Amino acid sequence: MFWTVTASLLEGFGVTLKLFGLTLLFSLPLGLIISFGSMSKFKPLKWLTKTVVWIIRGTPLMLQLIIVYYGPGLLGVWASETAVQNSFTAWLAGFTVMDRFTAALVAFVINYACYFSEIYRGGIESISKGQYEACQVLGMSRSQAFFHVVLLQVIKRIIAPMSNEIMTLVKDTSLARIIAVYEIIWSGEAFIKTDGLLWPLFYTGAFYLVCCGLLTVLFNKLEKKLSYFSV
Amino acid sequence: MSILEVRDLKKNFGETQVLKGISFSLDKGKVLSVIGSSGSGKTTLLRCINGLETATSGVIEVNGSKVFDSSVTDKKELKALKGNQQNIGLVFQQFNLFPQYTALGNVTLAMKLAAKKRPDYKKNKKAILEDIDKTAKAYLDKVGLSDKLGNYPCELSGGQQQRVSIARALAMNPQILFFDEPTSALDPELTGEILKTIRQLADEKMTMVIVTHEMNFAKDVSDQIIFMDNGIIAEAGTPEEVLINPKNPRTQAFLRTYEK
Repeated sequence: MFWTVTASLLEGFGVTLKLFGLTLLFSLPLGLIISFGSMSKFKPLKWLTKTVVWIIRGTPLMLQLIIVYYGPGLLGVWASETAVQNSFTAWLAGFTVMDRFTAALVAFVINYACYFSEIYRGGIESISKGQYEACQVLGMSRSQAFFHVVLLQVIKRIIAPMSNEIMTLVKDTSLARIIAVYEIIWSGEAFIKTDGLLWPLFYTGAFYLVCCGLLTVLFNKLEKKLSYFSV
Repeated sequence: MSILEVRDLKKNFGETQVLKGISFSLDKGKVLSVIGSSGSGKTTLLRCINGLETATSGVIEVNGSKVFDSSVTDKKELKALKGNQQNIGLVFQQFNLFPQYTALGNVTLAMKLAAKKRPDYKKNKKAILEDIDKTAKAYLDKVGLSDKLGNYPCELSGGQQQRVSIARALAMNPQILFFDEPTSALDPELTGEILKTIRQLADEKMTMVIVTHEMNFAKDVSDQIIFMDNGIIAEAGTPEEVLINPKNPRTQAFLRTYEK
C-alpha cells in the first residue's frame, strides 16, 4: 500500500511542481514589470499599478483562484443573455471557463507577481543614486545602467525575502485544490474516500519538506555565489 | 584658449536659489579649485556642469560647443547638447564604483557597452575587446594599480577604490576632469595617494576642476581658485590672490577656520 500511495502522491506532486515552476517562470519577470509601473513617474500608471497590487495583496489567494476559474464563464453567460447586444457584449459572450490548471496558473502568476513586485521595488530603491550617476557620466543609457550595473546588486539584496516568498509558493500551490486541480493534496485526500486512509494526506507533508529543503540549499548556494562582492 | 566657459549659471531647488549667477572660464591644461563652506553651492555647480542636475538658467560650453543652454527647448538639440557632455569626466566623493565588477571591469564596462554600437563590432569583436582591456590596464597602471586588476572594490582600500574611479573617468578620455571632494570620504592617511595622483595629472596638463577642502593642496596644484559663498563667486584669482592675500572679508573668515 505504501508504494501505491507514494506513486499516486508523486503523480500529484508532479502537478504541484509544474504549477510551482510555471508560476515562477511567468511571475518573476511580470513582477519586475509591475515594480516599474509602481515606481513610474507617470502618475496615472503608478496609481493604477498600486491599486491592482493593493487588491491582489488585500484579498485571499483562494478567493482569487475561485474568481479566475468561475468568473469568465459567468461573465460569458451573462453577456450572452443580457438585453444589450453590441460588439463588446458579443466579445464577452465568447468567454468560457478555462481549464482548471490554466486558471490556477493565471491566479498564481498574478498574485505572486504582485508580491514579487514589492520585493523588487524595495531592492531597486535601496541602490544608491550614485550608481546611476556614475553610469550617466560614463555615457551609459538608463537601461544599460539598470541591466549591467544595478540588477545584479538588486538580486543580491533580495535573495532572502525572495526565498521566503518562493518557499511560500511551494506550499500555496495546495490552494489550487479548491478548484479541483489534481495536485498532491488532492491525491492524498483521495485515499480518504477510496480506502478510508488518512495517513497519505499526512504523508504529503514530506514531499513539501523535501522540496523546501532543496530550495534552501539552492538559495544558500546562490547567496554564496554572489558573496564575491558587497553592496 | 578657454576650454570651459560658464555664463550666468543659476539653479533653484524649489524656492531656494542655490546658484545665483555663476560665470567663469578655464583654459586648457589648467587646474581650477573650487573652495567654500558646505552649502555654498560648489557641489551643485559641479553637478550642473556635469548634467547630473539641470540648471535653471545660463550657458555652459566645453571646448567651444555648448553642453547646456537654458534657452534651448527643442528635444533634438537638447540631445545633441547632452552628447557633448561626454567630454566631461567626474570623480565622485563616494567613488561609486560598481561593486560586482573587478577594478579592470569597472574601467572597461562603459567602453565595452559603447563598443557594441560600432558597425564593425561583430567582425572584430575579439580585437576590439582586447584593445579596450589594454587601454584600461594602461590607465590602471597610471594610477599605480596594475597589481589590483582582478580585485573587487570590497577588496580594495578607500584610496585604491578612489584611484580605480579616477582611472575609470580617465578612460573615457575626457577633455575636462571634475573631482567632487575626492578625499572627503577617505581616512587622512589615504588622502595623500589621491592627491599625488591628481598632481601627476596636473603635471601632464590635464584640465581639471576640483571641489576640495584641502587648502594646502589647492594652493599647491591650482592655477586658479574660486571661493564660493552663498551661491555666488565671492572671490576668484590665482592661489596667491585668493588663499594668501584674500580681499573679501568672507574669504578671510573662511580661511581663518582652516588655520586653527
